[in-house]
Amino acid sequence: MADVRMKVWRGDATGGAFVDFTVPADEGMVVLDVVHRIQAAHAPDLAVRWNCKAGKCGSCSAEINGHPRLMCMTRMNTFEPGEEITVSPVKTFPVVKDLVTDVSFNYEKAKTIPAFRPKPKEADGTRRMFQEDIDRVQEFHKCIECFLCQDVCHVIRDHEENKPSFSGPRYFVRLAALEMHPLDTNDRIDLARAKHGLGYCNITKCCTDVCPEDIHITDNAIIPLKERIVTRTYDPIAWALRRMRGKPAEAGVGEPEPPSA
Amino acid sequence: MAEYETHDYDVVVIGAGGAGLRAAIEASAMGVRTALVCKSLLGKAHTVMAEGGIAAAMGNVWKEDNWKVHFRDTMRGGKLLNNWRMAQVHAQEAPDRVLELEEWGALFDRTKDGLILQRDFGGHRYARLAHVGDRTGLEMIRTLQDHAVHRGIDVFMECTLYRLLTEDGAVSGAFGYWRQNGKLVLFRAKAIVLATGGVGKAWKITSNSWEYTGDGHGMALDAGADLIDMEMTQFHPTGMVWPTSVRGILVTEGVRGDGGTLRNNRDERFMFRYIPDFFRAETADTEDEADRWYVDKKNNRRTPDLLPRDEVARAINAEVKAGRGSPHGGVFLDIASRRSTDYIKRRLPSMYHQFIELADVDITKTPMEVGPTLHYIMGGVRVDADSAQSTLPGLFAAGEVAAGLHGANRLGGNSLSDLLVFGRRAGLYASEYAKRVSKMPRLDDRQVDAAASGMLAPFERSEGENPYAVHSDLTETMHELVGIIRTRAELEEALTRIRRLRERAERVGVKGSRIYNPGWHLALDLLTLLTVSEAVAMSALMRQESRGGHTRDDFPKPDPEWGKKNVVVRRRDGHLVLRPEPLPEVPAELRPLLGEDKSSGKPAFEPVAAASAKE
Repeated sequence: MADVRMKVWRGDATGGAFVDFTVPADEGMVVLDVVHRIQAAHAPDLAVRWNCKAGKCGSCSAEINGHPRLMCMTRMNTFEPGEEITVSPVKTFPVVKDLVTDVSFNYEKAKTIPAFRPKPKEADGTRRMFQEDIDRVQEFHKCIECFLCQDVCHVIRDHEENKPSFSGPRYFVRLAALEMHPLDTNDRIDLARAKHGLGYCNITKCCTDVCPEDIHITDNAIIPLKERIVTRTYDPIAWALRRMRGKPAEAGVGEPEPPSA
Repeated sequence: MAEYETHDYDVVVIGAGGAGLRAAIEASAMGVRTALVCKSLLGKAHTVMAEGGIAAAMGNVWKEDNWKVHFRDTMRGGKLLNNWRMAQVHAQEAPDRVLELEEWGALFDRTKDGLILQRDFGGHRYARLAHVGDRTGLEMIRTLQDHAVHRGIDVFMECTLYRLLTEDGAVSGAFGYWRQNGKLVLFRAKAIVLATGGVGKAWKITSNSWEYTGDGHGMALDAGADLIDMEMTQFHPTGMVWPTSVRGILVTEGVRGDGGTLRNNRDERFMFRYIPDFFRAETADTEDEADRWYVDKKNNRRTPDLLPRDEVARAINAEVKAGRGSPHGGVFLDIASRRSTDYIKRRLPSMYHQFIELADVDITKTPMEVGPTLHYIMGGVRVDADSAQSTLPGLFAAGEVAAGLHGANRLGGNSLSDLLVFGRRAGLYASEYAKRVSKMPRLDDRQVDAAASGMLAPFERSEGENPYAVHSDLTETMHELVGIIRTRAELEEALTRIRRLRERAERVGVKGSRIYNPGWHLALDLLTLLTVSEAVAMSALMRQESRGGHTRDDFPKPDPEWGKKNVVVRRRDGHLVLRPEPLPEVPAELRPLLGEDKSSGKPAFEPVAAASAKE
C-alpha cells in the first residue's frame, strides 16, 4: 500500500512545532497505528499515552486536525487522499511532552466530589433496583475519562483563570450519576453550583459533540442538574418542604434564602 | 551514585487494576500506610477492557447455583491443575465481593426482580456472570477507583517499578522511575503486593495493552520468589482478525453467551465436532439441543460454542489449518442471524461500536471474523492459597500475576472475581504482615545502585539498536514458536532465539531525554519480557503432555502423572532453574464435587487439540 504522511506536534512546556513523518500504510489503520509506526521507525522517544487501542480506556486523546478525538478510534480512511493530517496534544491541559499533557486537574477535581453513600438495604438484606431506574445512570457510567469534554469546554479551554472554580463536563456527569443513583443519599446539588461551577456552563453542547461514548452530557446530565439547582435555590415550596423534612444542606455551603413571596 | 527520591510506606501495591485497587482499599481500611503505584493514569489499567462479567455463584438467575458448582466448574475448566484451596476460597467469596461493589456504587444490569442479572459464559454450568452490558471491567475499575480516591490512598501514577529490593531474605522495597520526568524513585516498604497483570506483549497477536510486560513476574523471579505454571497461556478464541491493524482486539465471550455461534466457511457449526470426552456428558450434541439450552437449562445441555476457551481456541485453529476458515484467516462468529438488532445493541453495545468503528462491520447484520489471540497467563507467582503471600516473605501477589486459581485454563468471568477475592486477601494479609514488622527495613545501597545503573545504561548507548526492532522480533518468535500448538523442536529453537535476542536487548540504545521517553521504557521492559518468555518456553519444554492452555503436538494427550505436578521456575545464581513439584492434593471431602473418577486409570479427558491440528 501507499505511504501515509502525518504532521505530529513535538515539543514540551517551553514550545514546539509540527514535524512531518511518512510511514508505510496498512489496511484499516487508525491514527494511533500511524503514531506507533512513527515511534518504531523514526522517533522512539515520541511521547504518547495509550492502553487498550479499542476505545475503552480513554488514554489516547489528542486533537486531530484540531478536533478533540481518540487516536485509536480515528480511522485513516476517514481522511481524503492527500489531505493534510495534524496530530497535536489536547489544548486545555499543560503539555508534558509531544502528545502527552498533564491531566492532574481532573484527578484533583474528582477528589472534591462527595462519595457515594447508600441507603440501608431492603428488609431481606438485598438491594433491589429496576433496570428502567438505572438506565439513565448507566449511561453516565459509560464515561471512559478521556477528558475530551474537558478539553473542548470553552469555560476552561481558553480561560485558565476559571479552572479553580469550574470542574467541567466530566464531573457534571459524575455528579449527575451520583445524584440520580437510586441508592445514594448524599446531597451534592448546592455543591454543584457553589463549588463545581455548573452555572458557568451555557449549554453549547460542545462536550456532547466530542464524547466518544455518545453520552448526552448536556441534555441528560447538565440540564437536569441545572433544573435541580433552580428548584432548590429559587422554588419557595421546595425550600419550605426541605425545611420541614429537615434535610440539611452540604456542610460549608450557605443555604440561599428563599425569594420573598 | 544516581539520585533518587525515597518514600516510606507499610504496604506498597504495584499495579492499579482490579486486584491492585482492591488490595490498596483493604490495606488502607486496615489502617496501614498504603501506596498505590501504577504505570498508567489511574483508571486505565487492563481491567478496564474486561467485557463479559464477574463470575459469582449468587444464584440470582438459577437458584441451583452455589459455590460448590462454581468450584467444580473452575477446577474442571482448569483441567484439575488448579490449587484446590484457591478455587474453593474464590467460589465461596466471590458473591460477597460483587455485592460489596454494589455498596460502593456499581450498577449492574438487573433481573426482573431487581437483583443483579447474571449471564452465561463458557465453562460455567449456570448463568453466573454479574455484568454491565459488555463493559463490566469499566464499571468495576471506576467503582474501585472512586472508592480508593475517597479513602485518601496515596496514588503514584505513571510510575514504573522495575526491581524489588530484599533484606535478610524478605522484601524491603521497590525501585523504579517516574514516566513523566524520568527521575528515579525508591519505595521502602514492609510489605509489597504485586498486582501487575500479565505478559501478553511478548506475543504478536494479543488482546493485551502495552502495560502487559510481565513486570511482576520478572521482579518476583529476580528477587528469588517461585513462579509456577508458566507454560499455561490462554489464547482467547475470539479476537478480531481484520483489519490488520486491529488484529487481536478482544471480542467478548458474551457474544456466544448471548446466543452467538461459531461457523466455518461451509456454514457448519463446527464446534459440535470438537466436544472432548471430558465435557461430553454436559455438552449438547445437536444444534437443536444447544439452542434450547439458552432458555431451558434444566432439560438441555450447554452449547459446545461455550466450551472452555482452550478447547474453542484449538478448534478454531484446526478449522483454519484445514482450509475452512474465513477470508482473513479466522472463522465466523454469527449473532446477526440469531438475535434481534435491539437485543444485540442492548446486550453488546461496545462490540457493536467496536466493529462499526474499526472494521465497518455491522454485527447486527453480518457475522464477525474472529480468531485466537493471546489473552491471559494462568501461570505466575506461586502464592499461599489463603494469604496470597509468595515464597518470598513480605511479597504478596494477586490477580493475573499470581498463579494457582485457574490451573491449566481460566474460565471467562473468573478473572474479575479473582481480582476482587485475592486482591482483598493480599491487601489484608500484607497489612497484617506489615503490622508484625516492627521497623522499616534497612536498604541495601548496592542493590539500589545496581538497579539505578542498569536502568540508565541504555542512555549510554545512543547508537545502539532500536528497542522497537528487538521487541518486534521477540513477538514474532513467541507467536511462531510458542503459540497454541507447541513441539519440542520449536521450543528449543525459541530458546535459542530468545538468548540471541537478549544479547541484542542488552545493547539497545536510547535517544532523547529521560522525560516521557517510550523508547527508554521499552528498552527496560524488553529485558523483563525476555525473562518471562524464557520462563514460558522452558516450562513448555518441560511439561511433556497436553493440558489446558499448553498443547504439545509431540505429546498430544494428558498424562496423569503430569496432572499431579506444577512446573516451578526459580532464579538461582543468575539462571532460571526448573523443577516439577507436587500439586496440593484435593481433600477427600471435595473430591466428589469434581464429578469424575480418576482411579479408573483412564485419562480424565481427551483433548481435541493435537489430533485435529494435524488435519
